[in-house]
Amino acid sequence: MQKSNVDIRSLQIGFGGLKVLENLDLHVGASEFLVLLGPSGCGKSTLLNAIAGLIEVKGGEIHIGGRDVTWAEPKDRGIAMVFQSYALYPRMSVRRNMSFGLKVARTPQSEIERRVAEAAQMLRLTNLLERRPSELSGGQRQRVAIGRALVRHAGVYLFDEPLSNLDAQLRAELRVEIKRLHARLGATMIYVTHDQIEALTLADRIAVMQGGVIQQLDTPKKIYREPVNRFVASFVGSPAMNFIPGKLARGSEVAFIAGVNQLSLTGYAFRSQPTEAPAVLGIRPEHIELTASNDPSSVSARVEMVEPMGADTLIWCRLADGTAFSLRHDADTQVRVGDTLTVRFPADAMSLFDETSGQRL
Amino acid sequence: MRLSLNSRLSAISALLPALLVMLVVYIGATSWTVWISLTSSRMLPNNNFVGLRQYQILLGNDRWITSVHNIVIYGVLFVSLALLIGFLLAVAIDQRIRAEDTIRSIYLYPYSMSFVVTGLVWQWLLNPTLGIQHVLRSWGFEGATFDWIVRPETAIYCLVVAGVWQASGLVMAIMLAGLRGVDEEIWKAARVDGLPKWRVYVSIIIPMMGASFATAAVLLSTGVVRLYDLSVAMTNGGPGIASEVPAKFVMDHLFERANIGLATAAATTMLITVVAVVAPYLYWRTRKGEVR
Ligand SMILES: Nc1ncnc2c1ncn2[C@@H]1O[C@H](COP(=O)(O)OP(=O)(O)OP(=O)(O)O)[C@@H](O)[C@H]1O
Ligand SMILES: [Mg+2]
Repeated sequence: MQKSNVDIRSLQIGFGGLKVLENLDLHVGASEFLVLLGPSGCGKSTLLNAIAGLIEVKGGEIHIGGRDVTWAEPKDRGIAMVFQSYALYPRMSVRRNMSFGLKVARTPQSEIERRVAEAAQMLRLTNLLERRPSELSGGQRQRVAIGRALVRHAGVYLFDEPLSNLDAQLRAELRVEIKRLHARLGATMIYVTHDQIEALTLADRIAVMQGGVIQQLDTPKKIYREPVNRFVASFVGSPAMNFIPGKLARGSEVAFIAGVNQLSLTGYAFRSQPTEAPAVLGIRPEHIELTASNDPSSVSARVEMVEPMGADTLIWCRLADGTAFSLRHDADTQVRVGDTLTVRFPADAMSLFDETSGQRL
Repeated sequence: MRLSLNSRLSAISALLPALLVMLVVYIGATSWTVWISLTSSRMLPNNNFVGLRQYQILLGNDRWITSVHNIVIYGVLFVSLALLIGFLLAVAIDQRIRAEDTIRSIYLYPYSMSFVVTGLVWQWLLNPTLGIQHVLRSWGFEGATFDWIVRPETAIYCLVVAGVWQASGLVMAIMLAGLRGVDEEIWKAARVDGLPKWRVYVSIIIPMMGASFATAAVLLSTGVVRLYDLSVAMTNGGPGIASEVPAKFVMDHLFERANIGLATAAATTMLITVVAVVAPYLYWRTRKGEVR
């Protein structure tokens, strides 16, 4: 099976007067699993459809496997695609759904049978081959849709929110299955989702999009730990990152002033020389630590609400000056509403953002 | 319990008028028709039972035989052509053409005309000395001949042409609704699979549109059974008896020829034929419904 890279150069796409993508550049390496993540309407499907050749581009170039396919028909691009609504051919059996495209392309019958059998075995569909889509469950339908893509032996597989019509448990199961498939085939995959768990678990790299622009393109770990701006920080992570407004101060050491509290920033990797200016501190709930009250860098906060979440507990607190934040603690925590906690914000787990531009400092 | 009894009572009382109308008008009138067909009634109904005599006469009646022959030709051609043309029109409009609304209204327009108007328009168009043939000849195509309507062996096809012209717009509207109901992602999947457009229609879309085809076919079929005014307005059954149809046979024998017995025998035969076609279908439908 060939593995193609995808190279998108200053792509422009619009519908009528509406510009959806403008000068978008993206390079996806061969065998890479790239996830396009973003809120509804940010242009993820548009980008994917453009790669597939299903919508016309206004400008720019798309190269797949080193070949310029900007104006090629979808079938000639060496791609296969899986759709959100499955898009199975309803009156055809599972076998015919998978084989029809190959048959029309005049693939030899023995080759068709081999490929269908292989895909069916990989996706555990062998017993369902003679059924109609209407006789299958949602999860089975989506596996058939994936099977129909697999038999194409494409260089790039495109997925447009393939799991969003499934319930939570099936989604988790199929997520694992897709990941296993990627490991086994080593094929290039581009996967659209607005579910950040899917993105974080599946991706080699994630492209976080907003308003038709890729905000950050990085490994899941980097995206999670070092978001480049407030949008990425707030979009990725659940429960969400805490944001505390305040300002930077340069005394003997750089510190963050939030109301009456002063937090040390020793150990924070600034991107440029810090200046004294208003800023926003971002920190994830699981990075806030409980500590002894004599710790000099600690602050105290009152517990307002306790949310048990199974594996752990989310504790909502408020600082003396009214700033609210949440922190994650053990499932068997003894903390009660009304308690006063002493907490520490470790500088190396923080993200600092410019107040006006929202960019990481 | 009392409440449900109450609500059931009110439901029954609400349905009662419709139920009465149905019992008296439909069942009553139908039974009366069947009964009269077994009597020797001529101008006025009587109760002189003669068994199946009227049916024997009917089967020996040339005009009835021609009518049945014609309605079969008309039925098969009209339903299949109207479905085909209506579907093709819908496909054409579904290509997201400009001025779609206008074209759709134009196609649908013939359906708003009564059969009498349709019949008169087409009688004029097909008339060799006034219509299409005349126009073609006046343009210099001296040999142009289009005289189907005055030739006995082709007159019935003129009814088909007019009927199809009138009904295709309706079929198109039904089919277009069906086509618009097809998930856009199916089209995308087919493009990725590299299927040519005609192949997608033939192998994927048409099999999906069973309900639309059934709806249109049922509507068209009722039009076939009722076919009367088109024949009257276009050819008046002629030339000779070449374009007679069963409904016209019944009407003529009821009101012009004063032969109520024969007319009701013909009407009963039509009813039995329709029931023979519809009953198995309904049975099959309900069985299918139970299996699901
Ligand atoms: N056919 C179209 N005509 C006009 N505008 C469109 C069309 N398709 C998409 N858009 C617009 O383009 C923008 C991006 O749409 P797109 O479908 O790519 O979003 P998305 O990121 O896939 O969202 P979702 O998560 O809801 O699927 C939206 O603002 C949408 O309104
Ligand atoms: Mg989308």
